[in-house]
Amino acid sequence: MCLALPARVLALLSADEAVVELGGVKKTVSMALTPEATVGDYVIVHVGHAIGLLDALEAERTLALFAEMAAAGDAAAAAAQAQAAAPGGGA
Amino acid sequence: MKYVDEFRDGAVARGLAAAIAAELQPDRRYSFMEFCGGHTHAIARYGVAELLPPQVRMIHGPGCPVCVLPIGRIDQAIQMALDQGAIVATYGDTMRVPASQSLSLMKAKARGADIRMVYSAADALKLARQNPQREVVFFAIGFETTTPPTALALRQAAREDLPNFSVLCCHVLTPSAITHILESAEVRQYGTVPIDGFVGPAHVSIIIGSGPYEHFAEEYRKPVVIAGFEPLDVMQAVLMLVRQVNQGRAVVENEFTRAVTREGNLAAQAAVAEVFELRERFEWRGLGEVPYSALKIRPAYARFDAELRFGLGYTPVPDHKKCECGAILRGVKRPTDCTLFGTVCTPENPMGSCMVSSEGACAAHYSYGRFRDIPVVSVPA
Amino acid sequence: MSVKPNYIRPIDFKHGRVDMNHGAGGRAGAQLIEELFARAFDNPALRQGDDGAALDMPAGHRLVMATDGHVISPLEFPGGDIGCLSVHGTLNDVAMMGAQPLYLAASFILEEGFALAELKRIVESMAAAARDAGVPIVTGDTKVVERGKGDGVFIATTGVGALPAGRRIGGAQARAGDVVLLSGSIGEHGVAVLSQRESLEFETAIVSDTAALHGLVAQLLAAVPEGAVHTLRDPTRGGLATTLNEIARQCGAGMLLHEADIPVQPQVEAACELLGLDPLYIANEGKLVAIVAPEHAAAALAALQAHPLGRAATRIGVVQEDPHGFVQMCTRFGGRRVVDWLSGEPLPRIC
Repeated sequence: MCLALPARVLALLSADEAVVELGGVKKTVSMALTPEATVGDYVIVHVGHAIGLLDALEAERTLALFAEMAAAGDAAAAAAQAQAAAPGGGA
Repeated sequence: MKYVDEFRDGAVARGLAAAIAAELQPDRRYSFMEFCGGHTHAIARYGVAELLPPQVRMIHGPGCPVCVLPIGRIDQAIQMALDQGAIVATYGDTMRVPASQSLSLMKAKARGADIRMVYSAADALKLARQNPQREVVFFAIGFETTTPPTALALRQAAREDLPNFSVLCCHVLTPSAITHILESAEVRQYGTVPIDGFVGPAHVSIIIGSGPYEHFAEEYRKPVVIAGFEPLDVMQAVLMLVRQVNQGRAVVENEFTRAVTREGNLAAQAAVAEVFELRERFEWRGLGEVPYSALKIRPAYARFDAELRFGLGYTPVPDHKKCECGAILRGVKRPTDCTLFGTVCTPENPMGSCMVSSEGACAAHYSYGRFRDIPVVSVPA
Repeated sequence: MSVKPNYIRPIDFKHGRVDMNHGAGGRAGAQLIEELFARAFDNPALRQGDDGAALDMPAGHRLVMATDGHVISPLEFPGGDIGCLSVHGTLNDVAMMGAQPLYLAASFILEEGFALAELKRIVESMAAAARDAGVPIVTGDTKVVERGKGDGVFIATTGVGALPAGRRIGGAQARAGDVVLLSGSIGEHGVAVLSQRESLEFETAIVSDTAALHGLVAQLLAAVPEGAVHTLRDPTRGGLATTLNEIARQCGAGMLLHEADIPVQPQVEAACELLGLDPLYIANEGKLVAIVAPEHAAAALAALQAHPLGRAATRIGVVQEDPHGFVQMCTRFGGRRVVDWLSGEPLPRIC
């Protein structure tokens, strides 16, 4: 795996460096690979370098999709259970 | 941790597990390979296997740069430190990987080799500046994710004209390894590989984009879903793969849209292209020689190439004769099918690539899942 | 010309450094002991100035003895230093036997060139820790090694304590059905130390949890009948995971933990994610695991929570029959896995 985590850009120190924050931990990282990132953005940090930006809108979309799928899954599971419990069901 | 914790929600996981179960066709088995160790780690650490229906089997692929690093490369690093007096800077991951003559970087250090653990390629540059009278070699390992920072370090070294800095380049490429798994001569020897689809790399894809997998999905008729490394990402990817299989489709889908685009990170790709070029062949531990599967330093940066500077030859070192890593990495065998597993070969004393890092298929099973091999003595309350 | 009898120039604790004279057994060494160690640790036994200390033991008790060598880099870290750590570490080892710690001995190995100012800070921190714990340092030793042959200072401490006759607390006493309690959140000491390492440097508000636990142990033991607490252990090096595996091996049973019940501070979690480490394997210096008979678990937990060092105590799992001795864990995510021994040193990873 390549260990990388989303962290918020707190301050740009120079053209190439920024302080980022993850869960209350602050670290100085290189921004050379994400020149477009600005304060407030979430970047993905790997070996002391921001390697990409995190798209907040897409993250929300993905979570909404999870919720939708999970709800459908729960409903399917409940229906299967009900069918199994019903007289004559669950054949 | 924002954008982390939300993707580890157990309640959603149960719903996704039910959704997967509801989509499965009865009497069909589904085998998916997660290429990356990051996915293997998530599956093992969060207990994802337990949540998936028994019809779904996850095969742990070779996507751990430490696991696939051949012994011969570690030997080279040790040689530079022990015999040629260089400071070898390395990521912590490589410290324990066994090398020839019962050595490892950690054991070489105990014998007087100057091995320094660094967190970033930039720290290796710092070491070179601080020790102008010593040769400093950065032992660069990793997939496409880890390559751009090495490229930046090389560019910076050139800019500063650092005379005592060089890089032992062991960066490897994912798409060629995935292709190799389905195509190599060994696969014919093992028979048909029972893989119905791939969970594609997360952080590698941030750099290279989803584009490079398209040819693969088309040519080999295998679905690929690029997924993040959090456990919910893995489960969603499995659901998407099940759907593709059921519908007879084989395309590249992207679950990790929050970080991966089709094009990838162009700034990073440019840095890599400037400094590195393709290697014709490179040995992967467990897979053998894989054509065009690694990078080497371009002639323009040759003075920073440790292989040239130290005149290093490469000597391949075979794994234990009974090691089944090759078959396990291709999904043909399981860790417990190997007679060395858990007896001769353990995380403390790994014999083959799958046991070397905690993300290897064997190590993950040994460290996190081996209770499943024996009758369960209790059930969670 | 007047000559002052016995006059020695006071040690320069501001700019001075340890040199080989301090360990040569002559006047310089005696002066260092007098002006630094004796003054800081002052107590009647030490004041005798003899080669050892003659000490009282309460009647009807067995003697418990524990020793610990302390080496740590950096020597000073957020929340503590090697000085207080060397007191807490050994006191806790005595306390985990169920004994009341009584006395400490300390041995210093100093590296030539080590700044006396730093040594003074460390010794004073050590003295404060011993004073706060109510356990005097009654005897000691100082040696000096050449520059490059030490890491500033190494401190070995030995502690003795009194164990009431008949009390048996240990790893082998745990048995299936027992409840596993943890006195608070894990990983703070290890993360505080790692945050200061040169190659890792990150900024966090996490401080080491280093603390003397015998007060917490006394409160726990007083709250339940004699024999209700089967095992006490402080999860130091190797973390909670390794400690529980040790106990599982000693008692020949397995354990089942619930990840959701193991407290971890968010910053510890985040730092571990960044470094590729697991808080279960990170060192603690002020936490304990108590394995208690199930019928007394509630009272034991309440007693822990009533003490300032156990406020965040939780019930994290149970001991269960398992000939393989697996420590298993139900993950927060809803799956299950083995919590294995630590293999090798926990090194920060990139993949």
